[in-house]
Parts: sequence; structure tokens; C-alpha cells
Amino acid sequence: MKFSDFVTLDAIRAHVDATTKEGVIREMVQALVDAGRISVDEMEGIIKAIMKREDLGSTGIGRGVAVPHTKHPSVNRLVGTVAVSPQGINFDSLDGEPVHLFFLLVSPPDRPGDHLRALENISRQLRDDAFCRLLKAAKTPEDIQHLLEEADSHGIVS
Amino acid sequence: MIRTAAEGETNRMTISQQTVSREVVVGIPQGLHARPADLLAREAQRWQSRIEVVGSAQRVDGKSILDLLTLAAEAGTRLVVEATGPDADEAVAAISRLFDRNFNDSEHQTQS
Repeated sequence: MKFSDFVTLDAIRAHVDATTKEGVIREMVQALVDAGRISVDEMEGIIKAIMKREDLGSTGIGRGVAVPHTKHPSVNRLVGTVAVSPQGINFDSLDGEPVHLFFLLVSPPDRPGDHLRALENISRQLRDDAFCRLLKAAKTPEDIQHLLEEADSHGIVS
Repeated sequence: MIRTAAEGETNRMTISQQTVSREVVVGIPQGLHARPADLLAREAQRWQSRIEVVGSAQRVDGKSILDLLTLAAEAGTRLVVEATGPDADEAVAAISRLFDRNFNDSEHQTQS
């Protein structure tokens, strides 16, 4: 799976204003609503479900990266977006470091394989230090889009 | 127990080279997603041994959640847990238990 298979370009945010875990999740879900991927009626339910998942254990998987996610019956395909926080946000990460890069995923309950393959793609690409560094330094959504496209075209297609 | 330095060294070398491996199966319906990968990495980090998880196409560091997620191991996937070091036996046993218990994975039950 590639970034282009699940990242909603119109919902990419290069500079989130939020300073808290719930704040950044809210901002990203709002971005998906604004981009027409999620119905506004479902927004609060999705935020609540993502926060509930975070209570089970932070999705801050280290290296300044978090993958907040949930399943939700209101989507019929995997929907995701990317956000960058230049200052970093305390996300109770596994390594205790603040999180700069966020990949938020909402997937249909009956498609666990797609969710796994999206996580695989994100984690594989983020093992590349240069990719992480460049994403953190991105100034505009277009910068992020170009980096994702580059990762997609040079990465291993799976 | 008092040992001479030479004896201690020999014992340490013999023990530290021990490699133990065991096949496990991913039983979680959703596969080895973020939560179980987190639990696996945390368990692996408790042991001194080097721990690797071997899938059909790759061998990854069992102490790294990022590495584990690159396995994209779906339900039913067979993996090999391999530990090398002084506590390899206990490490493999502990990690196998996680698989046997499906990581006590309640995420798929609690999520709507």
C-alpha cells in the first residue's frame, strides 16, 4: 500500500495549532470533515473512538511519530491524513519523546488488512531518517505531499 | 557462590551464545496491529537477549515497534521468534505466551 492510497491531500496540515493530544486529533478529524471524507455528524463519535483507543496505550510509536486511529462504520474505505507539529506535542509516546508527525487513520471495521498495510507502509517509510527529518521540516501541505509522493515512487511497492 | 574469573568468563560465553527459537501464529483477527506490536516490543525490551521476529520475507528487531509493524502480519501468519543471549529461553517463552493469549487483545471488542 502507498501513502496515495489513503492520505487525503486536502486534509494534510503542515502546522497544527493544537498543543494537546486531543487537540491535534480534533484538528485532523476536522480536516477530514472539511475535505469531505467524513460526515460532520460523525465527527464527535470518531474523535471519541480515537481517544478511547489512545487510552488503551499511546499510538506514539517512537521517533516522533504517532498513528492515532480507529475503526468506524461510517467510512467505506480507509481514510487518512497527515499533520506536522513543528514544536512537538506530548503524546505519552513509548519513548517519551514529543510527537511531530501524525498519521491519522479511520478504517471500515471489516477491512483489518488495509489498516495493517497502511501501518506497514508508514512504519517502513519512517525508518528512513532523512524522510522523517524532511517531513518535520515541511512548511506547507504541498511540501508534505511531494515527500509522500517521493516515498511512494522510490519505496518498495507492496 | 565464588568462581574464579576464568570460570565465570567461560560460563558467560557459553550461555550468552544460546539461541532459542519458536514458531508462533498470529491469532488476533486483526493481525499484528499497533497495540499488539507495542505489547510485543515492550515484552522484548525486558530481556537482555537480542530478539528477532522472522516473517516470510524479512527478519526484524523484536524490540522495535516500527520494525514489527513492517511485518504486516495478518491473522493466521506464522512467525518465528528468535532470541540470542543469556535469557533467550525465558524471553522466547514470555513472547510466545503473548501470542498464545492473543495479546489479551480487547481492542477489537471495545471499538465501535
